Amino acid sequence: MNLLWLQASGCGGCTMSLLCAENPNVFDTLTGAGIRVLWHPALSLDSGAEVRRLLDRIAAGEIALDLLCIEGAIARGPKNSGRFQMLTGTGRSMMDWVQDLAPRARHVIAVGSCAAFGGVTSAGDNPSDAVGLQYEGSHLGGLLPPGFRDPTGLPVINVAGCPTHPGWVLETLMLLAAGAMRAPDLDGYARPRFFADHLVHHGCPKNEFYEYKASARSLSDMGCMMEHLGCIGTQAVGDCNIRPWNGSGSCTSGGYPCINCTAPEFENPRHAFTQTPKLAGIPVGLPTDMPKAWFMALASLSKAATPERIARNAVSDRVDVPPTLRKPRP
Amino acid sequence: MSAAKLVVGPFNRVEGDLEVHLEITDGSVAKARVNAPLYRGFERMLTGRDPRDALTITPRICGICSISQSAAAARALGDAMGLAPTPQGAQMAALIHAVENVSDHLTHFYLFFMPDFTRPAYAGHDWHDAVIQRFTAMEGSGARRAVEARAQLIHILGLMAGKWPHVLAIQPGGVTRTPTGAERMRIIATLRGFRRFLEADLFGASLEEFMTLPSQDALLSWDRGDAGLFLRAAVSLDLADMGRGAGRYLSFGAYPLDHGFGFARGLWQEGALGEVPLDAIAEDVSHAWMLGTALHPAEGLTEPDHEMRDQAYSWCKAPRLAGLPVECGALARQVIDGHPLARDLAAQGGGVLARVGARLLEIARTQILMERLAQEIDPAARFMAQGNIPAEGAGVGLVEAARGALGHWLRIEGGRIASYQIIAPTTWNFSPRDEGGQPGPLEAALVGAKVRTGEDTPLAVQHIVRSFDPCMVCTVH
Repeated sequence: MNLLWLQASGCGGCTMSLLCAENPNVFDTLTGAGIRVLWHPALSLDSGAEVRRLLDRIAAGEIALDLLCIEGAIARGPKNSGRFQMLTGTGRSMMDWVQDLAPRARHVIAVGSCAAFGGVTSAGDNPSDAVGLQYEGSHLGGLLPPGFRDPTGLPVINVAGCPTHPGWVLETLMLLAAGAMRAPDLDGYARPRFFADHLVHHGCPKNEFYEYKASARSLSDMGCMMEHLGCIGTQAVGDCNIRPWNGSGSCTSGGYPCINCTAPEFENPRHAFTQTPKLAGIPVGLPTDMPKAWFMALASLSKAATPERIARNAVSDRVDVPPTLRKPRP
Repeated sequence: MSAAKLVVGPFNRVEGDLEVHLEITDGSVAKARVNAPLYRGFERMLTGRDPRDALTITPRICGICSISQSAAAARALGDAMGLAPTPQGAQMAALIHAVENVSDHLTHFYLFFMPDFTRPAYAGHDWHDAVIQRFTAMEGSGARRAVEARAQLIHILGLMAGKWPHVLAIQPGGVTRTPTGAERMRIIATLRGFRRFLEADLFGASLEEFMTLPSQDALLSWDRGDAGLFLRAAVSLDLADMGRGAGRYLSFGAYPLDHGFGFARGLWQEGALGEVPLDAIAEDVSHAWMLGTALHPAEGLTEPDHEMRDQAYSWCKAPRLAGLPVECGALARQVIDGHPLARDLAAQGGGVLARVGARLLEIARTQILMERLAQEIDPAARFMAQGNIPAEGAGVGLVEAARGALGHWLRIEGGRIASYQIIAPTTWNFSPRDEGGQPGPLEAALVGAKVRTGEDTPLAVQHIVRSFDPCMVCTVH
């Protein structure tokens, strides 16, 4: 399978994250899956005229394009010209190239939340008029129309995340190369369900604090970050706390909140990222699939029942009170 | 006399997008123009937001210098807050930052820079077969080994910063996570593993032996490890003479710690070290698709020219220090820090050999620094101080990214970001011409580069460009 990777309007961080793949490394994984990289802007030898010739041949249909990976949003500005990002040496905008190549690809993969939805590149008032491949924020229809389908019937596959986990990208590519990804394997935002069926909350190291709503007051406290520090891990999709990042990590294990980076429009939360918005002292945005009244009732019960150990550790930067020793029954 | 024009792009194995326009006379570059062709507008996105959001948004300028952007934003906010990190918080932030910088140097050497020497044009050189075996893009045994060693080193970031890239671990008051004594040992063990890779593969000798090389001549006779392969190529292709610099170097000082910088701050020009006149920074926009006039970043503006006027050719502004272009990066840092090898490399021309050699030197020296920082972790200490964002204020955050001097200038009004200006390392190095017509450092370094008959993407140009290790996504932001 031939893979072409283009970096559109983004930071390159999804490629950097991809290079963190382990056991095996990224190159061996791709080779093992029978994926041949036609060109990757950070990794391939070819430069300049060699690349222009390759792109022309792909666009002319002379070289089969199986996997088209786009990393970064598509800049449409200024004035719908796409000239905020030119594909250098070609005199054409990246917008123009992607529109040309996407219909030729067996599968189109949006790598990262920028390519999927616009992401951080479209933050604030979206200075470059950036858009995702098939979504503009949460609205279907981006650079490509809502009805876009690849020859196998799949929409643009949104391997969202800021950055993406290397496993999400590689497993998606391997599934596609094996012909083992179908429309029902994607969620409502076309994200692969193998990671999007999980919440960041699943396996969060702060779960015991969450159970008792024992909350961190400031970054560096050990407690749950939902009530005060903007954490939306209970609503954000991703298996971040089930499969580790970079050996053993996740945002919440690093001591900072989940900002829902796999979701459209996460870049403009309408409040500070690290502060939970509240109405009458109650956090807005409670878990999505739980009746609010039940949540409030359970929260006040569990708060009242919080053990001293958990209450004290929640507002400390280290374990002040260890678990009580459990002694075998005589 | 023969004359020709060339456009080089897509220019890959640099971070982000780059296009180089060359005017060639009699087989060498007579004039170069460097275009940074991507504009996203981060400075404008930040305006009106809660100042703390800079810690989430600015790292996402760049996936390869993400921690550097974090560190600069944290320092700028801390400056506005009147808050300094705790000593141990500063040390842990330095360690986190150093891991990213060393990873970047490694990525550059193994994945971005060295693959060019595998090209058939170099067949016949006695190092060529070995270089193919180690550095063939995505296949070489060295490239594979390096991505694995890099991924393992980044485990320190998984542990202490949650993940990499794009973290919120570095805050104005320190870091978000307090390590335990056992985690200190894990960090030390990871660094020992990384040292083994550096000594077995990259240097083929102890770090201490490599970093005590006193001169360019001594460096050029080094033949061990992957570094030795580069140096053999450097001798036969005379990379010392290729892409010479102007000898003006800037460093904002790397790894600010309680007792001073890990690598010193300073300005090196005309063979002497001086203070950095921070007030004398101005960003010229005469050849950038930006509106306005040359301004200090504390008063700076980012107004893109939607008409993309003809006399401009890049989205990159042209920062100047007291009216002059300056070069930054590992060579600049090591020259300013006073290392004899770096000083000699600069004195002998500061070209491709010097930039890449200084990066290798800095990998060795930073490993030693990381080992010290890890040893000095005190799990009993505080790693974070708390503070409040003022309703009105201003701050500056100056750090050293892998590629050089990175500055954030922030102004807060009514509790919101009123202005945020960023000058990244490659903004300095790959700046376009200024109002006086002075070319940026890369544009100047390319003049004289040899273009062989029939080359449409000249190899010498590629070596010179990549010797700077440009980060184009940071450049315009």
